Amino acid sequence: MSKSIMDWVDARLPVTALIKSQATEYPTPKNLNYWWVFGSLALFCLIVMLLTGLFLAMHYKADANQAFDVVEHIMRDVNYGWLLRYMHANGATFFFITVYVHILRGMYYGSYRAPREILWWFGIIIFFLLMATAFMGYVLPWGQMSYWGAAVITNLMSAIPVVGEELVIWIWGGFAVGDPTLNRFFALHFLLPFVIFGVVIIHLWALHAVHSNNPDGIDLDEHKDTIPFHPYITIKDLFAMGVFLLVYCAFVFFIPNFFLEPDNYIPANPMQTPAHIVPEWYFLPFYAILRSIDFLGSFSKLAGVIAMIAAIAILFILPFLDRSPVRSFRYRPLSRQLFWIFVIDCFLLGWVGYNPADATRFNGALPLIVVGRTCTAIYFGYFILLWIITAFDIEKPQPVPKSL
Amino acid sequence: MSASAHSTAHSHSPVPEQPEEESRRDFLILATGAVSAVGVAGAAWPFIRSWSPSADVLSQATTEVDISALGKGQMITVPWQGKPVFILHRTDEQIASAKKGDAEKLPDPAKDAERAQKPEYLVLLAICTHLGCVPQPIGTGNFGGFLCPCHGSHYDTSGRIRQGPAPKNLEVPFYAFKDDKTLVIGKSVG
Repeated sequence: MSKSIMDWVDARLPVTALIKSQATEYPTPKNLNYWWVFGSLALFCLIVMLLTGLFLAMHYKADANQAFDVVEHIMRDVNYGWLLRYMHANGATFFFITVYVHILRGMYYGSYRAPREILWWFGIIIFFLLMATAFMGYVLPWGQMSYWGAAVITNLMSAIPVVGEELVIWIWGGFAVGDPTLNRFFALHFLLPFVIFGVVIIHLWALHAVHSNNPDGIDLDEHKDTIPFHPYITIKDLFAMGVFLLVYCAFVFFIPNFFLEPDNYIPANPMQTPAHIVPEWYFLPFYAILRSIDFLGSFSKLAGVIAMIAAIAILFILPFLDRSPVRSFRYRPLSRQLFWIFVIDCFLLGWVGYNPADATRFNGALPLIVVGRTCTAIYFGYFILLWIITAFDIEKPQPVPKSL
Repeated sequence: MSASAHSTAHSHSPVPEQPEEESRRDFLILATGAVSAVGVAGAAWPFIRSWSPSADVLSQATTEVDISALGKGQMITVPWQGKPVFILHRTDEQIASAKKGDAEKLPDPAKDAERAQKPEYLVLLAICTHLGCVPQPIGTGNFGGFLCPCHGSHYDTSGRIRQGPAPKNLEVPFYAFKDDKTLVIGKSVG
Protein backbone atom coordinates (compact mmCIF):
# COMPACT_ATOMS: atom_id res chain seq x y z
CA MET A 1 0.00 0.00 0.00
CA SER A 2 2.65 2.54 1.11
CA LYS A 3 4.81 1.34 -1.78
CA SER A 4 2.14 2.02 -4.30
CA ILE A 5 1.51 5.46 -2.82
CA MET A 6 5.24 6.21 -3.02
CA ASP A 7 5.27 5.00 -6.65
CA TRP A 8 2.39 7.33 -7.41
CA VAL A 9 4.22 10.29 -5.81
CA ASP A 10 7.58 9.43 -7.40
CA ALA A 11 6.01 9.41 -10.83
CA ARG A 12 5.00 13.01 -10.21
CA LEU A 13 7.73 14.29 -7.85
CA PRO A 14 10.84 12.08 -7.57
CA VAL A 15 11.14 12.23 -3.78
CA THR A 16 12.67 8.78 -3.38
CA ALA A 17 15.36 9.50 -5.94
CA LEU A 18 16.22 12.78 -4.18
CA ILE A 19 16.50 11.11 -0.77
CA LYS A 20 18.63 8.37 -2.31
CA SER A 21 21.04 10.63 -4.16
CA GLN A 22 21.29 13.34 -1.51
CA ALA A 23 21.12 11.31 1.73
CA THR A 24 21.07 7.53 1.82
CA GLU A 25 23.56 7.15 -1.02
CA TYR A 26 25.18 10.58 -0.90
CA PRO A 27 28.89 9.84 -0.56
CA THR A 28 30.76 11.45 2.36
CA PRO A 29 34.46 11.02 3.18
CA LYS A 30 34.97 8.22 5.68
CA ASN A 31 37.55 10.22 7.66
CA LEU A 32 35.41 13.25 8.61
CA ASN A 33 36.21 14.30 12.17
CA TYR A 34 34.04 16.09 14.72
CA TRP A 35 34.95 19.52 13.33
CA TRP A 36 32.63 18.61 10.45
CA VAL A 37 29.49 18.55 12.62
CA PHE A 38 29.34 22.32 13.02
CA GLY A 39 27.63 22.90 9.68
CA SER A 40 24.60 20.88 10.68
CA LEU A 41 24.73 22.41 14.17
CA ALA A 42 24.54 25.87 12.58
CA LEU A 43 21.51 24.73 10.56
CA PHE A 44 19.95 23.47 13.79
CA CYS A 45 20.57 26.90 15.37
CA LEU A 46 18.90 28.59 12.42
CA ILE A 47 15.81 26.44 12.89
CA VAL A 48 15.74 27.15 16.65
CA MET A 49 16.04 30.89 15.92
CA LEU A 50 13.29 30.83 13.28
CA LEU A 51 10.94 28.96 15.58
CA THR A 52 11.54 30.95 18.79
CA GLY A 53 11.64 34.18 16.79
CA LEU A 54 8.30 33.50 15.15
CA PHE A 55 6.63 32.93 18.52
CA LEU A 56 8.33 35.97 20.10
CA ALA A 57 7.08 38.09 17.19
CA MET A 58 3.54 37.10 18.16
CA HIS A 59 3.98 38.96 21.47
CA TYR A 60 6.38 41.74 20.51
CA LYS A 61 5.42 45.31 19.57
CA ALA A 62 7.79 47.35 17.43
CA ASP A 63 7.01 50.72 19.01
CA ALA A 64 9.62 52.92 20.66
CA ASN A 65 7.24 53.62 23.55
CA GLN A 66 6.29 49.98 24.11
CA ALA A 67 9.21 47.82 22.96
CA PHE A 68 11.16 47.81 26.24
CA ASP A 69 8.07 47.11 28.34
CA VAL A 70 6.75 44.47 26.00
CA VAL A 71 9.99 42.49 26.32
CA GLU A 72 9.50 42.53 30.09
CA HIS A 73 5.87 41.51 29.48
CA ILE A 74 7.15 38.54 27.49
CA MET A 75 9.56 37.70 30.32
CA ARG A 76 7.00 37.98 33.15
CA ASP A 77 3.50 37.47 31.80
CA VAL A 78 3.61 35.37 28.66
CA ASN A 79 3.51 31.64 29.34
CA TYR A 80 7.05 30.36 28.82
CA GLY A 81 7.88 33.76 27.33
CA TRP A 82 11.08 33.79 29.41
CA LEU A 83 12.09 30.51 27.83
CA LEU A 84 11.41 31.68 24.29
CA ARG A 85 13.38 34.88 24.84
CA TYR A 86 16.33 33.20 26.57
CA MET A 87 16.42 30.52 23.87
CA HIS A 88 16.43 33.24 21.23
CA ALA A 89 19.00 35.51 22.91
CA ASN A 90 21.38 32.66 23.74
CA GLY A 91 20.58 31.02 20.41
CA ALA A 92 22.26 33.98 18.70
CA THR A 93 25.39 33.39 20.74
CA PHE A 94 25.46 29.69 19.96
CA PHE A 95 24.68 30.31 16.30
CA PHE A 96 27.79 32.47 16.09
CA ILE A 97 29.89 29.93 18.01
CA THR A 98 28.95 27.17 15.56
CA VAL A 99 29.44 29.45 12.56
CA TYR A 100 32.86 30.65 13.74
CA VAL A 101 34.04 27.09 14.34
CA HIS A 102 32.60 26.13 10.94
CA ILE A 103 34.52 28.94 9.20
CA LEU A 104 37.78 28.18 11.05
CA ARG A 105 37.42 24.49 10.18
CA GLY A 106 37.12 25.48 6.53
CA MET A 107 40.21 27.66 6.84
CA TYR A 108 42.29 24.95 8.54
CA TYR A 109 41.46 22.09 6.19
CA GLY A 110 41.49 24.23 3.04
CA SER A 111 37.78 23.77 2.33
CA TYR A 112 37.76 27.10 0.46
CA ARG A 113 40.16 25.77 -2.18
CA ALA A 114 39.14 24.71 -5.70
CA PRO A 115 36.63 23.41 -6.56
CA ARG A 116 34.78 24.77 -3.50
CA GLU A 117 35.15 28.53 -4.04
CA ILE A 118 31.45 29.18 -4.74
CA LEU A 119 30.47 27.04 -1.75
CA TRP A 120 32.84 29.18 0.35
CA TRP A 121 31.51 32.45 -1.06
CA PHE A 122 27.92 31.59 -0.24
CA GLY A 123 29.11 30.74 3.25
CA ILE A 124 30.55 34.25 3.63
CA ILE A 125 27.32 35.77 2.29
CA ILE A 126 25.43 33.82 4.98
CA PHE A 127 27.88 35.17 7.56
CA PHE A 128 27.28 38.77 6.40
CA LEU A 129 23.50 38.28 6.48
CA LEU A 130 23.76 36.64 9.89
CA MET A 131 25.61 39.65 11.30
CA ALA A 132 23.06 42.07 9.84
CA THR A 133 20.19 40.01 11.28
CA ALA A 134 21.82 39.71 14.71
CA PHE A 135 22.52 43.45 14.81
CA MET A 136 18.93 44.37 13.99
CA GLY A 137 17.58 41.80 16.44
CA TYR A 138 19.68 43.28 19.24
CA VAL A 139 18.01 46.67 18.68
CA LEU A 140 14.50 45.30 19.30
CA PRO A 141 14.51 45.13 23.16
CA TRP A 142 15.11 48.93 23.00
CA GLY A 143 17.43 49.08 25.99
CA GLN A 144 20.40 51.42 26.30
CA MET A 145 22.79 49.03 24.52
CA SER A 146 20.19 48.35 21.83
CA TYR A 147 19.76 52.05 21.18
CA TRP A 148 23.41 53.08 21.28
CA GLY A 149 24.59 50.01 19.44
CA ALA A 150 22.17 50.97 16.68
CA ALA A 151 23.38 54.58 16.80
CA VAL A 152 27.04 53.63 16.49
CA ILE A 153 26.60 51.05 13.74
CA THR A 154 24.23 53.14 11.59
CA ASN A 155 26.60 56.07 12.01
CA LEU A 156 29.27 53.97 10.30
CA MET A 157 27.43 54.76 7.05
CA SER A 158 28.07 58.47 7.56
CA ALA A 159 31.74 57.74 6.83
CA ILE A 160 30.82 57.17 3.18
CA PRO A 161 31.92 60.29 1.28
CA VAL A 162 29.31 62.71 -0.15
CA VAL A 163 26.13 60.67 0.43
CA GLY A 164 26.93 59.33 3.92
CA GLU A 165 25.02 61.87 5.99
CA GLU A 166 21.91 61.66 3.79
CA LEU A 167 22.09 57.88 3.82
CA VAL A 168 22.08 57.71 7.62
CA ILE A 169 19.00 59.95 7.86
CA TRP A 170 17.32 57.75 5.27
CA ILE A 171 18.11 54.62 7.27
CA TRP A 172 16.88 56.23 10.50
CA GLY A 173 13.75 57.70 8.98
CA GLY A 174 14.44 60.75 11.15
CA PHE A 175 17.28 62.82 12.57
CA ALA A 176 18.24 60.22 15.15
CA VAL A 177 17.62 56.52 15.82
CA GLY A 178 13.95 56.40 16.76
CA ASP A 179 10.57 54.82 16.30
CA PRO A 180 10.78 54.58 12.47
CA THR A 181 14.20 52.92 12.83
CA LEU A 182 12.88 50.35 15.31
CA ASN A 183 9.94 49.53 13.06
CA ARG A 184 11.95 48.89 9.91
CA PHE A 185 14.59 46.94 11.82
CA PHE A 186 11.87 44.66 13.16
CA ALA A 187 10.49 44.09 9.65
CA LEU A 188 13.96 43.31 8.31
CA HIS A 189 14.86 41.16 11.32
CA PHE A 190 11.79 39.08 10.50
CA LEU A 191 12.59 38.88 6.78
CA LEU A 192 16.34 38.23 6.75
CA PRO A 193 16.32 34.80 8.44
CA PHE A 194 14.22 33.51 5.54
CA VAL A 195 16.72 35.02 3.11
CA ILE A 196 19.45 33.25 5.08
CA PHE A 197 17.47 30.03 4.82
CA GLY A 198 17.38 30.46 1.03
CA VAL A 199 21.11 31.10 0.82
CA VAL A 200 21.72 28.08 3.06
CA ILE A 201 19.91 25.97 0.47
CA ILE A 202 22.23 27.34 -2.23
CA HIS A 203 25.18 26.67 0.10
CA LEU A 204 24.02 23.04 0.43
CA TRP A 205 23.40 22.78 -3.30
CA ALA A 206 26.99 23.96 -3.92
CA LEU A 207 28.19 21.46 -1.30
CA HIS A 208 26.36 18.55 -2.85
CA ALA A 209 27.65 19.51 -6.30
CA VAL A 210 31.34 19.31 -5.27
CA HIS A 211 31.00 17.10 -2.16
CA SER A 212 32.63 17.55 1.24
CA ASN A 213 36.29 18.29 1.75
CA ASN A 214 38.00 16.07 4.33
CA PRO A 215 40.71 16.36 7.01
CA ASP A 216 43.39 15.19 4.57
CA GLY A 217 42.18 17.68 1.99
CA ILE A 218 42.63 15.19 -0.87
CA ASP A 219 40.35 14.22 -3.73
CA LEU A 220 38.65 10.94 -2.91
CA ASP A 221 37.97 7.76 -4.79
CA GLU A 222 34.19 7.59 -4.62
CA HIS A 223 34.13 3.83 -4.11
CA LYS A 224 36.99 3.25 -1.71
CA ASP A 225 37.06 6.39 0.39
CA THR A 226 33.43 7.25 1.04
CA ILE A 227 30.52 6.14 3.19
CA PRO A 228 26.85 7.01 2.73
CA PHE A 229 25.67 10.19 4.50
CA HIS A 230 22.82 8.26 6.09
CA PRO A 231 23.11 6.64 8.59
CA TYR A 232 26.80 7.24 9.28
CA ILE A 233 26.94 11.05 9.25
CA THR A 234 23.37 11.62 10.38
CA ILE A 235 23.99 9.63 13.56
CA LYS A 236 27.23 11.51 14.19
CA ASP A 237 25.47 14.85 13.67
CA LEU A 238 22.71 13.77 16.03
CA PHE A 239 25.21 12.81 18.71
CA ALA A 240 26.92 16.18 18.32
CA MET A 241 23.53 17.87 18.58
CA GLY A 242 23.00 16.13 21.93
CA VAL A 243 26.29 17.44 23.28
CA PHE A 244 25.55 20.87 21.83
CA LEU A 245 22.11 20.95 23.48
CA LEU A 246 23.65 20.10 26.87
CA VAL A 247 25.85 23.19 26.74
CA TYR A 248 23.18 25.41 25.18
CA CYS A 249 20.55 24.40 27.73
CA ALA A 250 23.03 24.94 30.57
CA PHE A 251 23.26 28.56 29.49
CA VAL A 252 19.53 28.96 28.77
CA PHE A 253 18.44 27.54 32.12
CA PHE A 254 21.26 28.43 34.52
CA ILE A 255 23.14 31.50 33.27
CA PRO A 256 20.80 33.02 30.66
CA ASN A 257 22.21 36.53 31.11
CA PHE A 258 25.85 35.51 30.82
CA PHE A 259 26.23 37.04 27.35
CA LEU A 260 23.77 39.90 27.87
CA GLU A 261 24.76 43.39 28.99
CA PRO A 262 23.23 44.74 32.25
CA ASP A 263 22.89 48.16 30.58
CA ASN A 264 20.36 46.72 28.16
CA TYR A 265 17.92 46.37 31.05
CA ILE A 266 17.82 50.19 31.19
CA PRO A 267 15.25 51.66 28.75
CA ALA A 268 16.72 53.43 25.72
CA ASN A 269 17.54 57.08 26.41
CA PRO A 270 18.48 59.15 23.35
CA MET A 271 19.81 61.91 25.63
CA GLN A 272 22.47 59.85 27.37
CA THR A 273 25.06 57.40 26.12
CA PRO A 274 26.16 54.67 28.56
CA ALA A 275 29.70 55.17 29.84
CA HIS A 276 30.96 52.12 28.01
CA ILE A 277 29.32 50.77 24.89
CA VAL A 278 30.15 47.21 23.99
CA PRO A 279 28.66 45.28 21.11
CA GLU A 280 27.65 41.67 21.50
CA TRP A 281 30.68 39.39 21.92
CA TYR A 282 30.48 38.06 18.36
CA PHE A 283 31.18 41.52 16.92
CA LEU A 284 34.03 42.36 19.32
CA PRO A 285 37.03 41.47 17.08
CA PHE A 286 35.62 43.56 14.22
CA TYR A 287 34.77 46.37 16.62
CA ALA A 288 38.39 46.35 17.83
CA ILE A 289 39.60 46.61 14.22
CA LEU A 290 37.24 49.56 13.65
CA ARG A 291 38.61 51.38 16.69
CA SER A 292 42.26 50.59 16.06
CA ILE A 293 42.45 52.90 13.03
CA ASP A 294 42.63 56.25 14.81
CA PHE A 295 45.91 57.67 13.54
CA LEU A 296 44.83 58.99 10.14
CA GLY A 297 43.26 62.24 11.27
CA SER A 298 40.04 63.00 9.45
CA PHE A 299 40.36 59.80 7.37
CA SER A 300 40.33 57.62 10.50
CA LYS A 301 36.59 57.10 10.52
CA LEU A 302 36.31 56.02 6.90
CA ALA A 303 39.51 53.97 7.15
CA GLY A 304 38.23 52.22 10.28
CA VAL A 305 34.98 51.30 8.56
CA ILE A 306 36.83 50.07 5.48
CA ALA A 307 39.19 47.99 7.64
CA MET A 308 36.27 46.43 9.49
CA ILE A 309 34.46 45.47 6.29
CA ALA A 310 37.70 44.33 4.69
CA ALA A 311 38.31 42.01 7.64
CA ILE A 312 35.39 39.89 6.44
CA ALA A 313 35.51 40.69 2.73
CA ILE A 314 39.10 39.44 2.53
CA LEU A 315 37.69 35.95 3.06
CA PHE A 316 36.23 36.20 -0.45
CA ILE A 317 39.70 36.22 -2.04
CA LEU A 318 41.17 33.66 0.36
CA PRO A 319 40.78 30.88 -2.27
CA PHE A 320 43.12 32.82 -4.56
CA LEU A 321 45.59 33.98 -1.91
CA ASP A 322 46.37 30.40 -0.91
CA ARG A 323 48.56 28.99 -3.73
CA SER A 324 49.74 25.82 -2.01
CA PRO A 325 49.46 22.55 -3.96
CA VAL A 326 48.10 21.02 -0.73
CA ARG A 327 44.70 21.90 0.75
CA SER A 328 44.83 20.67 4.33
CA PHE A 329 47.03 22.46 6.89
CA ARG A 330 47.57 18.99 8.38
CA TYR A 331 50.40 18.69 5.84
CA ARG A 332 51.46 22.37 5.88
CA PRO A 333 53.60 23.11 8.97
CA LEU A 334 54.09 26.83 8.32
CA SER A 335 50.45 27.54 7.42
CA ARG A 336 49.41 25.64 10.53
CA GLN A 337 51.48 27.93 12.78
CA LEU A 338 50.10 31.02 11.04
CA PHE A 339 46.58 29.65 11.50
CA TRP A 340 46.93 29.26 15.26
CA ILE A 341 48.49 32.72 15.57
CA PHE A 342 45.46 33.99 13.64
CA VAL A 343 43.04 32.24 16.01
CA ILE A 344 44.79 33.60 19.13
CA ASP A 345 44.88 37.02 17.46
CA CYS A 346 41.08 36.94 16.98
CA PHE A 347 40.60 36.26 20.70
CA LEU A 348 42.99 39.10 21.56
CA LEU A 349 41.09 41.46 19.25
CA GLY A 350 37.90 40.42 21.01
CA TRP A 351 39.44 41.23 24.37
CA VAL A 352 40.61 44.64 23.13
CA GLY A 353 37.14 45.31 21.73
CA TYR A 354 35.57 44.45 25.06
CA ASN A 355 37.67 47.04 26.92
CA PRO A 356 37.08 50.80 26.83
CA ALA A 357 38.86 52.61 23.99
CA ASP A 358 41.34 54.39 26.23
CA ALA A 359 42.07 51.48 28.59
CA THR A 360 45.67 50.69 29.44
CA ARG A 361 47.60 47.89 31.13
CA PHE A 362 50.77 47.87 33.31
CA ASN A 363 50.08 51.29 34.88
CA GLY A 364 49.58 53.03 31.57
CA ALA A 365 52.71 51.55 29.96
CA LEU A 366 50.62 49.59 27.46
CA PRO A 367 47.64 51.41 25.94
CA LEU A 368 45.22 48.82 24.57
CA ILE A 369 44.92 50.84 21.39
CA VAL A 370 48.49 49.75 20.62
CA VAL A 371 47.54 46.11 21.23
CA GLY A 372 44.52 46.66 18.95
CA ARG A 373 46.64 48.09 16.14
CA THR A 374 49.16 45.27 16.43
CA CYS A 375 46.43 42.62 16.41
CA THR A 376 44.77 44.28 13.41
CA ALA A 377 48.09 44.13 11.56
CA ILE A 378 48.46 40.45 12.50
CA TYR A 379 44.88 39.75 11.36
CA PHE A 380 45.52 41.05 7.86
CA GLY A 381 49.10 39.79 8.02
CA TYR A 382 47.76 36.23 8.15
CA PHE A 383 46.26 36.54 4.68
CA ILE A 384 49.31 38.28 3.20
CA LEU A 385 51.77 35.83 4.75
CA LEU A 386 49.67 32.87 3.65
CA TRP A 387 49.93 34.19 0.10
CA ILE A 388 53.69 34.85 0.37
CA ILE A 389 54.64 31.45 1.78
CA THR A 390 52.55 29.60 -0.79
CA ALA A 391 53.07 31.78 -3.88
CA PHE A 392 56.87 31.78 -3.50
CA ASP A 393 57.15 28.15 -2.38
CA ILE A 394 58.59 29.13 0.99
CA GLU A 395 56.50 26.44 2.65
CA LYS A 396 57.46 22.83 1.89
CA PRO A 397 54.34 20.74 2.38
CA GLN A 398 54.69 17.23 3.82
CA PRO A 399 53.77 14.25 1.61
CA VAL A 400 50.04 13.82 1.23
CA PRO A 401 48.36 10.36 1.14
CA LYS A 402 47.08 9.21 -2.26
CA SER A 403 43.85 7.90 -0.78
CA LEU A 404 42.38 7.22 2.64
CA MET B 1 -0.08 29.01 -46.41
CA SER B 2 1.30 32.39 -45.60
CA ALA B 3 4.41 30.79 -44.13
CA SER B 4 5.19 28.98 -47.37
CA ALA B 5 4.52 32.20 -49.31
CA HIS B 6 7.06 33.91 -47.10
CA SER B 7 9.72 31.32 -47.67
CA THR B 8 9.16 31.53 -51.46
CA ALA B 9 9.60 35.26 -51.32
CA HIS B 10 12.83 34.77 -49.38
CA SER B 11 14.22 32.25 -51.85
CA HIS B 12 13.79 34.78 -54.66
CA SER B 13 16.07 37.40 -53.19
CA PRO B 14 19.76 36.37 -53.33
CA VAL B 15 20.68 38.15 -50.06
CA PRO B 16 18.55 37.00 -47.10
CA GLU B 17 17.03 39.73 -44.97
CA GLN B 18 18.38 38.04 -41.86
CA PRO B 19 20.88 40.76 -40.74
CA GLU B 20 18.30 43.51 -41.00
CA GLU B 21 15.80 41.41 -39.08
CA GLU B 22 18.41 40.87 -36.37
CA SER B 23 19.24 44.53 -35.93
CA ARG B 24 15.54 45.38 -35.87
CA ARG B 25 15.00 42.77 -33.17
CA ASP B 26 18.07 43.97 -31.26
CA PHE B 27 16.68 47.47 -31.27
CA LEU B 28 13.30 46.30 -30.01
CA ILE B 29 14.88 44.25 -27.22
CA LEU B 30 17.10 47.15 -26.21
CA ALA B 31 14.25 49.65 -26.28
CA THR B 32 11.96 47.34 -24.29
CA GLY B 33 14.77 46.74 -21.80
CA ALA B 34 15.43 50.45 -21.37
CA VAL B 35 11.77 51.27 -20.87
CA SER B 36 11.33 48.49 -18.30
CA ALA B 37 14.47 49.60 -16.45
CA VAL B 38 13.00 53.08 -16.13
CA GLY B 39 9.71 51.50 -15.06
CA VAL B 40 11.38 49.39 -12.38
CA ALA B 41 13.34 52.39 -11.11
CA GLY B 42 10.16 54.46 -11.04
CA ALA B 43 8.28 51.75 -9.18
CA ALA B 44 11.14 51.34 -6.69
CA TRP B 45 11.27 55.05 -5.87
CA PRO B 46 8.19 55.19 -3.61
CA PHE B 47 9.51 52.23 -1.64
CA ILE B 48 12.93 53.82 -1.21
CA ARG B 49 11.47 57.22 -0.44
CA SER B 50 9.17 55.74 2.22
CA TRP B 51 12.27 55.32 4.42
CA SER B 52 13.04 59.06 4.47
CA PRO B 53 11.84 61.13 7.44
CA SER B 54 8.07 61.49 7.35
CA ALA B 55 6.18 64.79 7.54
CA ASP B 56 5.58 64.60 11.29
CA VAL B 57 9.26 63.98 11.93
CA LEU B 58 10.21 66.92 9.70
CA SER B 59 7.78 69.17 11.55
CA GLN B 60 9.81 69.01 14.78
CA ALA B 61 12.14 71.70 13.44
CA THR B 62 12.66 74.09 16.37
CA THR B 63 13.02 73.95 20.13
CA GLU B 64 12.69 76.97 22.43
CA VAL B 65 14.71 76.96 25.63
CA ASP B 66 14.49 79.29 28.61
CA ILE B 67 18.11 79.94 29.62
CA SER B 68 17.46 82.53 32.34
CA ALA B 69 18.02 80.01 35.12
CA LEU B 70 21.26 78.71 33.65
CA GLY B 71 24.07 79.97 35.91
CA LYS B 72 27.73 80.34 35.04
CA GLY B 73 29.39 76.96 34.65
CA GLN B 74 26.05 75.16 34.33
CA MET B 75 25.08 73.02 31.41
CA ILE B 76 21.76 71.59 30.26
CA THR B 77 20.90 68.99 27.67
CA VAL B 78 17.77 69.67 25.62
CA PRO B 79 16.22 67.52 22.93
CA TRP B 80 15.97 68.98 19.43
CA GLN B 81 14.64 66.84 16.59
CA GLY B 82 15.15 63.86 18.90
CA LYS B 83 18.82 64.73 19.25
CA PRO B 84 20.52 66.03 22.39
CA VAL B 85 21.84 69.62 22.39
CA PHE B 86 24.22 70.92 25.05
CA ILE B 87 23.73 74.51 26.22
CA LEU B 88 26.67 75.58 28.36
CA HIS B 89 26.94 78.87 30.19
CA ARG B 90 30.71 79.15 30.05
CA THR B 91 32.89 80.43 32.87
CA ASP B 92 35.62 82.98 32.16
CA GLU B 93 38.28 80.25 32.37
CA GLN B 94 36.40 78.12 29.85
CA ILE B 95 36.15 81.06 27.45
CA ALA B 96 39.84 81.84 27.94
CA SER B 97 40.76 78.22 27.35
CA ALA B 98 38.67 78.19 24.15
CA LYS B 99 40.35 81.39 22.89
CA LYS B 100 43.76 79.88 23.68
CA GLY B 101 42.80 76.90 21.54
CA ASP B 102 42.38 79.17 18.51
CA ALA B 103 46.18 79.38 18.23
CA GLU B 104 46.77 75.64 18.48
CA LYS B 105 47.13 73.26 15.56
CA LEU B 106 43.62 71.82 15.33
CA PRO B 107 42.44 68.75 13.41
CA ASP B 108 39.37 70.70 12.28
CA PRO B 109 40.42 74.38 12.47
CA ALA B 110 37.78 76.81 13.70
CA LYS B 111 37.83 80.01 15.76
CA ASP B 112 35.87 80.06 19.00
CA ALA B 113 34.26 83.35 17.94
CA GLU B 114 32.77 81.61 14.89
CA ARG B 115 31.31 78.88 17.07
CA ALA B 116 29.71 80.93 19.85
CA GLN B 117 27.46 83.87 18.97
CA LYS B 118 27.82 85.13 22.54
CA PRO B 119 31.06 83.98 24.17
CA GLU B 120 29.28 83.02 27.40
CA TYR B 121 26.89 80.58 25.71
CA LEU B 122 28.12 77.51 23.90
CA VAL B 123 25.44 75.60 21.99
CA LEU B 124 26.46 72.22 20.61
CA LEU B 125 24.82 69.30 18.96
CA ALA B 126 25.82 66.65 21.50
CA ILE B 127 26.53 63.98 18.94
CA CYS B 128 30.07 62.76 18.60
CA THR B 129 31.20 63.21 14.99
CA HIS B 130 32.86 59.80 15.16
CA LEU B 131 29.97 57.40 15.53
CA GLY B 132 27.15 59.38 17.09
CA CYS B 133 27.42 58.80 20.83
CA VAL B 134 26.51 61.55 23.28
CA PRO B 135 29.69 63.00 24.86
CA GLN B 136 29.85 63.37 28.62
CA PRO B 137 29.24 66.81 30.24
CA ILE B 138 31.74 69.66 30.38
CA GLY B 139 34.92 68.97 32.32
CA THR B 140 35.23 65.28 31.46
CA GLY B 141 37.67 65.61 28.54
CA ASN B 142 41.40 66.25 28.44
CA PHE B 143 41.08 69.89 27.35
CA GLY B 144 38.56 70.92 29.98
CA GLY B 145 35.80 69.97 27.56
CA PHE B 146 33.77 66.91 26.63
CA LEU B 147 34.80 63.28 26.46
CA CYS B 148 32.99 60.87 24.22
CA PRO B 149 33.11 57.61 26.17
CA CYS B 150 32.54 55.31 23.23
CA HIS B 151 35.86 55.63 21.47
CA GLY B 152 37.70 58.26 23.50
CA SER B 153 37.31 61.49 21.52
CA HIS B 154 38.18 64.63 23.48
CA TYR B 155 36.53 67.96 22.65
CA ASP B 156 37.65 71.29 24.14
CA THR B 157 35.59 74.05 25.75
CA SER B 158 34.58 75.23 22.29
CA GLY B 159 33.46 71.72 21.28
CA ARG B 160 36.40 71.34 18.90
CA ILE B 161 37.96 67.91 18.41
CA ARG B 162 41.41 67.79 20.00
CA GLN B 163 42.23 64.13 20.48
CA GLY B 164 40.82 60.74 19.44
CA PRO B 165 39.16 59.21 16.38
CA ALA B 166 36.43 61.80 15.69
CA PRO B 167 37.11 63.61 12.41
CA LYS B 168 35.24 66.87 13.03
CA ASN B 169 34.29 69.38 15.71
CA LEU B 170 30.97 68.98 17.48
CA GLU B 171 28.41 70.58 15.22
CA VAL B 172 26.94 73.94 16.22
CA PRO B 173 23.25 73.79 15.31
CA PHE B 174 21.47 76.80 13.87
CA TYR B 175 20.31 78.86 16.83
CA ALA B 176 19.20 82.41 17.65
CA PHE B 177 18.56 84.43 20.78
CA LYS B 178 14.91 85.41 20.64
CA ASP B 179 15.50 87.68 23.64
CA ASP B 180 17.94 87.66 26.58
CA LYS B 181 16.18 84.73 28.16
CA THR B 182 15.12 82.58 25.25
CA LEU B 183 17.19 80.55 22.88
CA VAL B 184 15.64 79.03 19.75
CA ILE B 185 17.40 76.03 18.29
CA GLY B 186 16.77 75.13 14.68
CA LYS B 187 15.09 76.83 11.76
CA SER B 188 11.49 76.29 10.81
CA VAL B 189 11.18 74.74 7.38
CA GLY B 190 8.61 75.33 4.67
